[in-house]
Amino acid sequence: MVQTEPESSPTVGLDIDRKVGLTSPEATLNAVFEVENLDVYYGSFRAVQGATFTVYEHEITAMIGPSGCGKTTVLRCFNRMNDLIPGARVEGRVDFRNVPIYDPRIDPVEVRRRIGMVFQKPNPFPKSIYDNIAFGPRVTGMAKKRGDLEEIVERSLRRAALWDEVKDRLKDSALGLSGGQQQRLCIARAIAVDPDVLLMDEPCSALDPIATTRIEDLMQEIKDDYTIVIVTHNMQQAARISNRTAFFTAQLDSTTDRRCGLLVEYDRTETIFSNPSDERTENYVTGRFG
Amino acid sequence: MARARLVGDRTNRMMVQAMQRRSTDVRGRVFQISLLVTLLISLFILGVLIVDVVMDGWGILTGRPGGFLGGTMRSLSDDPKLGVHQALVGTFWIAVFVAVLAFPLGIGAAIWLEEYAPKNRIARFIELNIRNLAGVPSIVYGLLGLLLFVKHLRDVTGGKSIASAGITLAILVLPIVVITAQEAIRAVPQGLKEGAYGVGATKWTMIRSQVLPYAAPGILTGTLLSMSRGIGEAAPLLLVGAVSGRLGRDSGFFDLGDINEEAFMAMPVIIVEWVQNSGRDPGFAAAAAAAIVVLLVFVILTNAAAIFLRNHFEKRRG
Repeated sequence: MVQTEPESSPTVGLDIDRKVGLTSPEATLNAVFEVENLDVYYGSFRAVQGATFTVYEHEITAMIGPSGCGKTTVLRCFNRMNDLIPGARVEGRVDFRNVPIYDPRIDPVEVRRRIGMVFQKPNPFPKSIYDNIAFGPRVTGMAKKRGDLEEIVERSLRRAALWDEVKDRLKDSALGLSGGQQQRLCIARAIAVDPDVLLMDEPCSALDPIATTRIEDLMQEIKDDYTIVIVTHNMQQAARISNRTAFFTAQLDSTTDRRCGLLVEYDRTETIFSNPSDERTENYVTGRFG
Repeated sequence: MARARLVGDRTNRMMVQAMQRRSTDVRGRVFQISLLVTLLISLFILGVLIVDVVMDGWGILTGRPGGFLGGTMRSLSDDPKLGVHQALVGTFWIAVFVAVLAFPLGIGAAIWLEEYAPKNRIARFIELNIRNLAGVPSIVYGLLGLLLFVKHLRDVTGGKSIASAGITLAILVLPIVVITAQEAIRAVPQGLKEGAYGVGATKWTMIRSQVLPYAAPGILTGTLLSMSRGIGEAAPLLLVGAVSGRLGRDSGFFDLGDINEEAFMAMPVIIVEWVQNSGRDPGFAAAAAAAIVVLLVFVILTNAAAIFLRNHFEKRRG
């Protein structure tokens, strides 16, 4: 079941640190993503410029910043989702467990199977609850036997704390679920293919506070098995749940006269929120800007 | 504890008065009424047409419905064997040609254009030209059919045959099928596609499992409506050579028999012919009206099938 830990508890930050051993030096943590000098272009427009940071295993990494700062763009680079946008182009290095995922020999389909994604707007397929979860295992050929699939569906729904609410109506349309349930269904769908990483693009922005709390609890529960990267507009959410935070901002690009996303600061979440080294970060997290 | 009033008495009174004043939105009413009038005019014209045709053809349709549906082309309007059998068979087979040729080609082209084609100048040029083709007068397609299928490909199509007519009409509706299928495919939410890709679906899997089921109702409606348009076309068929032929004795409905040899008929063409004949033999006017009613029923049945299938697929869509 979900943790009953209150979201406003002042001990949450410390609690997280103890759980993942953040006090140990970074050298002992395994890097999942290494990003170096990442530039993303949409046509001739440069959306993100020169981002360099590292995402560590079994941590929740939050990306915050004002609208148009490129945080979602960077997130979508991690599983090559930007490939779907005509004209999108990526320069620089994005390594997933030391594999350069933008190498021409890399199959984006395989990348996406290992790096799951939960979207801003819950996007269940117009199929039954069961078929939504079973879709991934089916198309990736995970389920060898009939029983396997049923087991995967149940396990994924349990993991996403949705099983008890839907176990009697697995054959019903997923579109009949509430917004919060739909988003947990999408999380269950993403973890059904047993990914290594979960990318979450503002997963709670369309949800009410209660549904949000449930998703946040869920993230805390599953991060021991996965690595989570989350984009959020909600600074309190980043502070509550993440181990590390990347602050992005949009800056005027003098060469093109358009605004371009820039990674300002990347550090442990408590540092970003209590003792940031960049003035822009401080202005943002204290609410003076953005 | 008494709550402090937010507004003073005078302000409050004015506010209440303003809200109680019933303003009449004259321009809005005029606009609404004129919209209703345009709708009524369209419906009125359609109603007059249908009533007129049904009244003219009523005698034949009620007097000898079986004989009319089973009869053939005759030189006199009071011939008891006068009827639309050949034309119905011809139109039915033309519809089959359109369904077999235009639907797969058109839907396939639409999928390629929407999902695979690079969004560059060439693709835009192709799309623009498909749109232009949809606006080309049907007589031009008739010329194409006459030259290509009747003349040059005589060995394949058999000259002035149902095959020539069917292929010509399939090409005629092809651009419409492509455009409507494209619209339906474009309406598939990006979220569904990303959701499928997000769990490791290949492009083909994504299209088969998300795009096609979601777009199916729209594609179906569009294609069947284009079929209705195709089977109502007379001009290209006149050029391709739908001319009166005679059925063999006791031929079944699907029997192409005599009518495929240099002589077949289609509903729109028989209507044209009978209307022409009504100059020398006024009885043909009634026959033409009855044939129009038969064609209308044929088209309505096709559209009903489209609606039924669309509802079926939409229910599955959730």
